[in-house]
Amino acid sequence: MNSFIPFIGLEIHIELKTKSKMFCQCSANYFKKDPNSHVCPVCLGLPGALPVPNKQAVEWTMLVGKALNCTINPTSKFDRKHYFYPDLPKGYQISQYDEPFAINGKVRMQNTEYGIQRVHLEEDTGKLTHSGENTLIDFNRSGVPLMEIVTEPDFHNSEEVKKFLEELQVIIRYVRVSDADMEKGSMRLEPNISLSLTGELPEYKVEVKNINSFKFVKQAIDYEIKRQAEILDKGEIPPQETRGYSELEHATYSQRFKEQAHDYRYFPEPDIPPMKFSPQEIGKIVEHIPELPMVKILRYTDKLKLKYQDAYIITRSRMLSEYFDSIVTHLPEEAQKVANLMIHKRIHSDLSPEEFIKKAREIFTPISTDMNILSEKINQVIHANSKAVADYNSGKQNAIMYLVGLVMREMKGKADAKTVRQELEKAIKK
Amino acid sequence: MSIFGKSIVELTRLVQEKKIGKRELFEYFKKRIAKYNPNLNVFITLPEYKEHVNYGSLLGIPLAIKDNFCTKNIRTTASSKVLDDFIPPYESTVTQKLLNEGAGILGKTNMDAWAHGNSTETSDYGPTRNPWNINRSPGGSSGGSAAAVSAYLSPAAIGSETAGSIRQPASWCGIVGIKPTYGRVSRYGVVAMGSSLDSPGPLTLTVEDSAYILKILAGKDPYDATSSPVPVQDYLSIMKQKKKFIIGFSDEYFEGVNEEIKTKILAALDIFRRLGHTTKKIKLISPKYAISVYTIIQRAEVSSNLARYDGIRFGNDRRSFGSEAKRRLMFGAYTLSYGYYDAYYKKAQKVRTLIIEDFKRVFSEVDAIVAPTCPITALKLGEFKKYPFFGEIMDVLNEPGAVAGLPAINIPVGLDSSSLPIGLQIMGRHFEEGSLLNLAHQFEKETEFFGIIKKGLEKYKDE
Repeated sequence: MNSFIPFIGLEIHIELKTKSKMFCQCSANYFKKDPNSHVCPVCLGLPGALPVPNKQAVEWTMLVGKALNCTINPTSKFDRKHYFYPDLPKGYQISQYDEPFAINGKVRMQNTEYGIQRVHLEEDTGKLTHSGENTLIDFNRSGVPLMEIVTEPDFHNSEEVKKFLEELQVIIRYVRVSDADMEKGSMRLEPNISLSLTGELPEYKVEVKNINSFKFVKQAIDYEIKRQAEILDKGEIPPQETRGYSELEHATYSQRFKEQAHDYRYFPEPDIPPMKFSPQEIGKIVEHIPELPMVKILRYTDKLKLKYQDAYIITRSRMLSEYFDSIVTHLPEEAQKVANLMIHKRIHSDLSPEEFIKKAREIFTPISTDMNILSEKINQVIHANSKAVADYNSGKQNAIMYLVGLVMREMKGKADAKTVRQELEKAIKK
Repeated sequence: MSIFGKSIVELTRLVQEKKIGKRELFEYFKKRIAKYNPNLNVFITLPEYKEHVNYGSLLGIPLAIKDNFCTKNIRTTASSKVLDDFIPPYESTVTQKLLNEGAGILGKTNMDAWAHGNSTETSDYGPTRNPWNINRSPGGSSGGSAAAVSAYLSPAAIGSETAGSIRQPASWCGIVGIKPTYGRVSRYGVVAMGSSLDSPGPLTLTVEDSAYILKILAGKDPYDATSSPVPVQDYLSIMKQKKKFIIGFSDEYFEGVNEEIKTKILAALDIFRRLGHTTKKIKLISPKYAISVYTIIQRAEVSSNLARYDGIRFGNDRRSFGSEAKRRLMFGAYTLSYGYYDAYYKKAQKVRTLIIEDFKRVFSEVDAIVAPTCPITALKLGEFKKYPFFGEIMDVLNEPGAVAGLPAINIPVGLDSSSLPIGLQIMGRHFEEGSLLNLAHQFEKETEFFGIIKKGLEKYKDE
């Protein structure tokens, strides 16, 4: 058996959560809505209807491009991609072919850098439901803005892919352009896989279409690596093809070969004039980009001396990390402690930052204990609970916590729990 | 009160002064249609009378609308059986603007199916006949609209042009027709043919009527991203100004043109000179190059635009496409195919740019270009079969301007020896429809179009 180097690239589709659809004014929020209730002549592809691009979607695509360190193209255009399918009402999808909004980006994760080929914008299709002999079409999803991110084939194993996708999902949520929710289908994954013996990019590739979980992507890639290796071991080259993934069988299956590949007959969409963006316009669109998770982790570990694992957890959500930031500015010396409180939910992050800070300060400041009152209360508790004392003396460690609790209650909380325990133990041993 | 032959501007005044009722006007044309339509086959669908608003600059004016404009709740077929049952749930911007001004929809006019052709013979509802001679074609694709005006079955009509589809039928039916600059009038709701070329416009009895209607139709439409924000000129007042222009004419536009037509165009140039305009010989890229550019781009766009009629919706499937549509689908799909795109579509776009640049150069020397609209007068029905590409050659003189997106107007300048109208076209700079209307109006005032429009109406006089 030869040892091969897998080359894996990714195509990721993300539905943008704009209010309206990509080319019309219908609501883009189609989730669980009555079939064909969010439709109009444009997204139904009626004769004579014309697309008018959604400015917000265009700007968000540029924003994502920027977040992935891409070059934003000063000129861009839409193209028509032709194929026949019942969920595609115009017989073509408005997409972008040779002038996407963003190109040549990269995502840095710890020590590795992954190339981003392009980020472009297109429209989603309708949805087919097969029931018995009938197929029903729901056009609510037709025309919802769909962003496509294409990576370079820079991944060499499925674990790397999974980590990257998780990071990408967080980035997308940071810039707040999509929920990137796999279950709702607002994030869809298509890995392409090939194996190389020499370390050079192979000439063939196998695409696996439309996977809707990180786990399944990983499984599909692992399956493909094994399948292709077996073919290569026989001295053959795996055919270039598109495959599907069966979640039940944990296996990929052939859908269509290269010879059956579509000729999409791309040409510039004549209904939408080409777009031009000045550096000022681009600057304005991308200026609100937040501090991204990887940068935040660096800052947390370097400047705030957080443990990497804690920094990682906090940066998974932009809301949580910004909440953390707003607290840590007031408690700069206690960053790690704040992180602990937050991660272990000792203080709930539903509180306002002010309330959180107040509570945290209480925890951080030891409570002064009146030793005279304490000794009096301890004596009372020992006398009144001789059974618990006996339990403790006979080795039941739990009994001490019960007694500490009782003393704390007697002290009405005005005592430091650690001191109470020490004093209690001393008193019992006497 | 005699209504016969009155222009839109005249009728509007009569309605406003309550000398004619709105309903009365509608019924007047309805009656004429009942009488003449069986012979002429102008209309495909005739809706009932309906009032929309009770005010506006076209209050009570019934208009004939080419059947590729979507009209809400009124069947719209584009003269193809594929859309035989199609009743649009929405209104095109053009018809909406007309309805907003108080106009009524008198009927939907016959055309070449999908606007593919220039004779109305590709219509799945039979050809329209030329009111001048019912054995002749009215031209096309807006042939029904042109015939409706020429026989006064409608006081004016709306058509659309991709390359010649307003000018050529206006020319063959002896009326006025203006193809506005691409992007001047919204395409929203117009069944798309060549998306980068389609331009809706009016066909009328007078230049003033064209100016009057164009003013209503023109302007930026939020539903059409290719519609232009350039401010709309006040066509009516510009039309009446005493302007002097430098008019260009080019030998390239007289090649292969029938002698009788040539003579009338040259005579018209004399009249323009007499009116104080300067004429200047110019050199333009031969219009024959525009044929290939236009054919490739338009077919490519057609093959894409017709993809939605896949048989899943709209009632009828692809078997209902006529042979011309099928030919265009195949041709267009071929030029866009992998490996052929650069050789055809991309190259065509490059030549298109050359043609645009060529016009730009010429328009720095002259204000307008005068040329014949068509190399011949109305053909006999059936004669088109002799010409390749269903008579693309008929539009050779219209295609360069269309490819460049220029505005152009057709006016009648004479009759040939068979007593068929001859049309002259004036092309102008982008968004300068005002200049074209001004020149055409000066010519109209001077000549009354030699009585051609009146003569055309004669046969269809009320008894």
